[in-house]
Amino acid sequence: MSADIAHDLQASAKERAAPLPLRARLVLALGPATSLGGLAWALVQPWRLTLLHPHGQGFWWLLAEAPLYVVLVGVLFRLLLAPGIVEDIKAGVER
Amino acid sequence: MIAAGLLPQAEMVHWWFATGFLVLGLLLAAESVAGGEAWGRRPWRRYLWPGLMFGLGVCLWPVMTFYTNSTIHMIAHGSWAQVLMLAGGAELGLARGKLTSQYWRLCTVLAMLVSGGALLAHEQQHWLFARAAFLHHALGWTIVVGAVFPLVQAFRPRSVAAAAGFAATVLAVSVMLYADRDVAPIFGHLSPSAGVQHR
Repeated sequence: MSADIAHDLQASAKERAAPLPLRARLVLALGPATSLGGLAWALVQPWRLTLLHPHGQGFWWLLAEAPLYVVLVGVLFRLLLAPGIVEDIKAGVER
Repeated sequence: MIAAGLLPQAEMVHWWFATGFLVLGLLLAAESVAGGEAWGRRPWRRYLWPGLMFGLGVCLWPVMTFYTNSTIHMIAHGSWAQVLMLAGGAELGLARGKLTSQYWRLCTVLAMLVSGGALLAHEQQHWLFARAAFLHHALGWTIVVGAVFPLVQAFRPRSVAAAAGFAATVLAVSVMLYADRDVAPIFGHLSPSAGVQHR
């Protein structure tokens, strides 16, 4: 095996093994916690989701799916914002 | 009359604003957890929540226009729009570096005191009249008391507790806005003069 490749593999293994700082874990947890909250709300009050019984509902009632908004906000936060924030927290810790 | 029929119900507008405040609360929470240094490492990120706050203020203008059923509602919605834009604008100025004094943070304190005060002033009914009345009182007091967090931040910008408290206040506002219904009981109480519960 080439020494360069071996070095890269070793470095990436170290990177993978390095534990995430608590702050990074908390940031990563914000989105899923929000989505779980929305999911729990949808289970407790399913009548708030008019998509489950759309017959006879008007446009605004079909648009106003509040528990789904909460789930969506959590998912988008986790996918779009959290990774960059975690990267920057890690970069700060490594320096 | 036709326009009123086409408009979404007031409770839906509350849920949309609740979503805006949920995003705002998550951003503030993430900033307080990550710390100012990590948060500001990508310049665009610094503008996120001040921009959203400003945008929420802009969105309140159509609310003032289309959901005005009394003078006091118009004054309340109009004052929220103005102070949210002022607070968002001041925070944008701080993020950009055009404003340098940390005391510009006091604009957020003013925004919260005016918003909370307007919520309390324009709710004419008592706490247990209906859910909307209860939430107006609860929102008003939460926002007025929560103003202490940006006040602390104005004097101690690095206070993690104050930043977390501000984020928690915004998230609490979001939850209460999601709980709002046009006509619904609160703890089993619903005044007969509140109207008929529709759902």
